Amino acid sequence: MSIIEVKKLIHDYLRYGEDGRVESSYRAVDDVDLNVEPGQFIAILGHNGSGKSTLAKHLNAILLPTEGSVFVDGKDTKDSEKLWAIRQCAGMVFQNPDNQIIGTVVDEDVAFGPENMGVPTEEIKERVEEGLKTVGMWEYRHHSPNKLSGGQKQRVAIAGVVAMHPKCIVLDEPTAMLDPVGRSEVIRAARRLNQQENVTIILITHYMEEVIYADRVIVMDQGKVLMQGTPREVFSRVEELKEHRLDVPQITMLAHELKKSGLDIADGILTTEELVQELERIRR
Amino acid sequence: MIRDITIGQYYPANSVIHKLDPRTKLVGTILFILSLFLFKSFAAYAVATLFLAGVIWASRVPFKFMVKGLKAVMILLMITVLFNLFVIPGTPIFHIWKLTVTVEGVKTAVFMAIRLVYLIIGSSVMTLTTTPNELTDGMEKGLRPLNKIHVPVHEVAMMMSIALRFIPILLEETDKIMKAQMARGADFESGGIIQKAKSMVPLLVPLFISAFRRANDLAMAMEARGYHGGEGRTKMRPLQYHRQDRIAYLTMIGYLCVMYAAKRIVGI
Repeated sequence: MSIIEVKKLIHDYLRYGEDGRVESSYRAVDDVDLNVEPGQFIAILGHNGSGKSTLAKHLNAILLPTEGSVFVDGKDTKDSEKLWAIRQCAGMVFQNPDNQIIGTVVDEDVAFGPENMGVPTEEIKERVEEGLKTVGMWEYRHHSPNKLSGGQKQRVAIAGVVAMHPKCIVLDEPTAMLDPVGRSEVIRAARRLNQQENVTIILITHYMEEVIYADRVIVMDQGKVLMQGTPREVFSRVEELKEHRLDVPQITMLAHELKKSGLDIADGILTTEELVQELERIRR
Repeated sequence: MIRDITIGQYYPANSVIHKLDPRTKLVGTILFILSLFLFKSFAAYAVATLFLAGVIWASRVPFKFMVKGLKAVMILLMITVLFNLFVIPGTPIFHIWKLTVTVEGVKTAVFMAIRLVYLIIGSSVMTLTTTPNELTDGMEKGLRPLNKIHVPVHEVAMMMSIALRFIPILLEETDKIMKAQMARGADFESGGIIQKAKSMVPLLVPLFISAFRRANDLAMAMEARGYHGGEGRTKMRPLQYHRQDRIAYLTMIGYLCVMYAAKRIVGI
């Protein structure tokens, strides 16, 4: 069974005038279908305003569909009785690390989710330990979040979600406000969760370098799904991506330019090692 | 730097007083303050001095931290003492210009000074040995009975702890906005009080907007993590009374009895 099933999802943002009537509406997500199998690592790419964050907020019932429906682990997000079960099943990490940390001490923040779920005290302690160890922040458990770096704060936020034992974690541009070191820390933590704990990861980003490890990449533009496939499939369509003002990883770009200038290089090169291998193959 | 400001004045140490349940400390402080007002006699105040000294010694917080809190109220203290000294009628001791100092005046002034100083030191002991979080926790649990008369105790405690968490963030942000505006020629330094207040307006507007945005984000993050009010919530560190808390309560009762006795027997 799919863990997440999005069927013909449409979401309109409404703008209300001063008299309380709808003044205008803006279609942020337009007829999107999406199926995610348990244990997958999915990346959703897109520009600002492509609807990717709106889509993400549907996955744990922060937003509800205007039309169509979203099922999380078989539960309809429109069913208000299952709201808390859905939010426990699909955890969410947001963009700004400062605005999602609630506790004044790291371990208190991680405990916030389990406390809300009514988990018994002893088990909360176990879950906090487990969550912080998964993201490598256990040594910082007594620190104040204010003194941590952006990447560390974001890892604490991930630990907070992990402690709720979700089947699926949605990361909504978790790296947008971080420096390169912080970015790689966060992506590493997400990949580790996916590979070792078998948690389904949905990563929303506009950094192309972060998606090359995904099982499937979904490219969104103006509320619609533009392309989807493995990173290799998607990034071999360099020209098409460029038309939609989307970048490709630098190394892919280099390979593409080399190919255009006459070298016999395969499409969809994702890593430096691959390009080195290809170039050595050609030299022989 | 503005970042380093810590809220509250918690002094980390590993003492008996630090380990007490925050509720014990809250109740203890309130009883101590009450005792200062109920038993107005020098003998009783001597007992209070001994008791306070004992608690400070047990808390292992250096005495200079206690005195810090006094500086802020020094002026208030002086005014109160002077007023009591000159205004209260009674047996005159001597005259300065048109003012008369009376025996009763001196007595009241000294009582007043002792009371104020002890009140501040007493509550400093509590804030120095209790983290702000423990305090809100203690208040939440201690005031829970008020829930029955529809006082939103959990919500208030939650708001307090979130406010505490965001004070350093907003301070940092103020610093950032201030620097950004100074870089573009804003002047926050010169001019009188009114001029300075006026120059704060362009600082406050962006700060408020950002605070609202943060509040919105935070509310969403809290909902995403399953927050739905205090009902059915458990705690990672639930407050529980231990042996030392029972001892502390007994000590407190003992102290009150001695205070009462001192006043009744000695009587001055």
